[in-house]
Amino acid sequence: MGDIAVRFGGEAGDGIASIGESIARGFSRMGLHVFGFNAYQSVIRGGHVWFQARAAVDRVHSPGDGADILYALHKETVDIHAPSLRPGGTVVYDPEKFPVDASALPAGVHALAVPTLELARKYTTQSILQNAVGAGASAFLAGIPLELFQKVLADSFGRKAGEIVDWNLGASADGYHYAEQHASVNAHALPKAGAPKLLMTGNQAIALGAAAAGLKFLAQYPMTPASTIMHWLAAHSTELGVVVKQAEDELAAINMAIGASFGGVRSMTATSGGGFSLMVEALGMAGMTETPLVVVDSQRSGPSTGLPTKTEQGDLNLLLGAGQGEFPRAILAPANPAEAYRAMLDAFRLAEEWQTPVLVASDLHLSENHMTVDRDEIDLEVDVPSLFTVAPNGHGYLRYQYTESGVSPRAVPGQPGLQFVAGSDEHDERGHLISDVRAGVPHWVSERQRMMDKRMKKLHGLSAASPPPVLEGPADAPLTFVTWGSTVGAVRDARAELTARGRPTNLLYFPTVYPLDANAVTAAFARTHRTLLVEMNYSGQFGRLLRAETGITPTDRFLKYDGEPFLPHEIVARALEVM
Amino acid sequence: MAETSASRPPSDLGAALPVVGKSDTKPTWCPGCGDFGVVAAVEMALKRLKIPSHNVVIVSGIGCSSNLPHFLSSYGFHGIHGRALPVAEGIRWANHGLTVIGTGGDGDGFGIGAGHFVHAMRRNVDLTYVTMDNQIYGLTTGQASPTSTLGQRTKSTPGGVIENPIDPIALALASGATYVARGFSGDVKQLADLVANGISHHGFAFVDVFSPCVTYNKINTFDFFRQRLYKLESAGHDPSDLTRAWQRALEWGDKIPVGLFYRTEKPTYEDLEEVLAAGPLALQTAGLRGKGSLLDEFV
Repeated sequence: MGDIAVRFGGEAGDGIASIGESIARGFSRMGLHVFGFNAYQSVIRGGHVWFQARAAVDRVHSPGDGADILYALHKETVDIHAPSLRPGGTVVYDPEKFPVDASALPAGVHALAVPTLELARKYTTQSILQNAVGAGASAFLAGIPLELFQKVLADSFGRKAGEIVDWNLGASADGYHYAEQHASVNAHALPKAGAPKLLMTGNQAIALGAAAAGLKFLAQYPMTPASTIMHWLAAHSTELGVVVKQAEDELAAINMAIGASFGGVRSMTATSGGGFSLMVEALGMAGMTETPLVVVDSQRSGPSTGLPTKTEQGDLNLLLGAGQGEFPRAILAPANPAEAYRAMLDAFRLAEEWQTPVLVASDLHLSENHMTVDRDEIDLEVDVPSLFTVAPNGHGYLRYQYTESGVSPRAVPGQPGLQFVAGSDEHDERGHLISDVRAGVPHWVSERQRMMDKRMKKLHGLSAASPPPVLEGPADAPLTFVTWGSTVGAVRDARAELTARGRPTNLLYFPTVYPLDANAVTAAFARTHRTLLVEMNYSGQFGRLLRAETGITPTDRFLKYDGEPFLPHEIVARALEVM
Repeated sequence: MAETSASRPPSDLGAALPVVGKSDTKPTWCPGCGDFGVVAAVEMALKRLKIPSHNVVIVSGIGCSSNLPHFLSSYGFHGIHGRALPVAEGIRWANHGLTVIGTGGDGDGFGIGAGHFVHAMRRNVDLTYVTMDNQIYGLTTGQASPTSTLGQRTKSTPGGVIENPIDPIALALASGATYVARGFSGDVKQLADLVANGISHHGFAFVDVFSPCVTYNKINTFDFFRQRLYKLESAGHDPSDLTRAWQRALEWGDKIPVGLFYRTEKPTYEDLEEVLAAGPLALQTAGLRGKGSLLDEFV
């Protein structure tokens, strides 16, 4: 694949992510596709952090397997990352900070000493400005036009004007010209490829999709890696007319969201696995009261506090089983920001149509990393229907009326003549409790069963209305990858590599993880040969679900749970083993 | 019953429509339960204020007292244990044209839900929270509650309670509630006044009600309270005086005050939430049609 990758490394607090993003945005404004990978730790200062911007003309689905340019802000960055540099690559460093032994670098990799601190001192004694010099030098090596790169930097300061912006522009130009005089552009550099693309994180796409679907109320408690959903919506709250409530805990967050939905607006909450665990009881209440609700779980490595800044797909069992008793739910698992945007539209549509919770399984890898999206992949012109759809029929309103589909007419408080009580206890069609004095009385025993049947049959409708499994690639390939969620990205890049090596494969993935349409899935598997399950958890949770729902067991598995996302070369190697 | 078109939003067809009365569900409480007095007082208060039943939502958690929403003709949400207030807050923010009343017991509000209680008050959400405080867990057949008396023998504390009880009035004052009152279900008239004034109050109104459990609490009985209660208004208490309110809140023993401890005016959460300035959220437009410029920040 004709790609180029720029990697920045240093200590937390060095500003790595912001200069990394500026390179990523430089590429996306050139019309290139980008994957911006941010590796960080749960500290505010110190530790090793790095950012990689990988660009290509075609869609870039993963961080990729190597880098061409490495800007090292501290010595350890060279030790850790120089082995990842491809031939023709360059290490950018400042000899005033530490030496680099060029002879110890991989074959074909150069060292470019740039006096970042010295050039920055022209403007200020604040050492942070060295970043602008190093980023400018890296932009030159990466083939990003200076004018375009400077525009990105200027825009990143927003409307702030003044000497800080001027220093950054001056210092980045100095770095750019220094590199121009002492090195040449990397051989993998790409020319402009068209109109600028949108560059966004999964969480930004989730927030945008929710707002487009009609979200009016978000309640959330801060937790990595879900917090930036709240940040984006809070920053746009008045502009969008969305109330953003930071709750006292996740118990409150989900109960507020359920209250708001009952009160007549589209609402959601978002969290990671720890917070989701606290939401479990209320999730069942949304199911029991038939209150539409969207919950985003941005998974991170567990169990318990786990690795707060590392990724995993370990919450699937939790999402499937959350809540005592049984109630219908759907679980959607988008693969990238463009899909996350559409998944949110689906999530709100399904929650509202089927009056039950819909869970969106993201993870740190999707939520926090940047990917490009084409403008036409984000259609903001979405119809948002009124929620005031029920009229009194003069015969007494039945909130939980038995119907063919299991969906009953839903009134909203404020509508005259339709008063009812939504009960978390078992209830009859009117919402009257069966639990108190009637449980066990013969007539009410059968009522309880009817009401369970009414709720649970919504699962059939949900299944038919949810996005079906997707097969990518030649139908009769000798190997089929089976995966879900953000892992789809690395598999796509691995497939491209395998195809380039004359080893065609295909990919079967599941935008809807649950409910699985057993007939459709079985039909999809009927044409496969070897099947390789790829997911980021210890036990193969999706594999277990697949077996439970269809009896199908993939022939091979590739599981990972070290906190780091799958990389294409790992999947290529495993695929070649089993093919 | 009034007709409304299918797409019609809640409106103030108001006064002509029925006000809150009893529902067709009879209370399931034990004969003599204090909660009968509370539901009667809430009904009286709403009738007096002439709020149409379709514009009222009564929210509760779990416990004997939390069955209350079923017994009145308004909208209701009977949620899970301890979470009445966050649900009530969500409803208020979705549609602040509605009158929202939280109800529940001492276990629900001061035990499992204590965190939400404190936060709802510091936010000064404009809703009314009526707790039926019987100082015992009734529905689960008689365990100690957060307000049970030190030394009280219950099923879970056969040797007597060894934890100090929560003082809900003091906790409310400390948390910034702007209307703090205590009633007694044996005095429905005074209780109805306290609830009605609480509903009319602009901000979070807390009404803690001594509502005796006639089955499981043999200490804090109707007689216990009748012998000890005195009315703050009769004692000349000035409810605008926070320092005096604190002193009254701490009174316990032979003389126990009921009535309005404290009242003040502050902006509510709804006043300060900019998005709600455009009217109830449920009646605002939703979605991003015509907002394509939002995407510019991603270029």
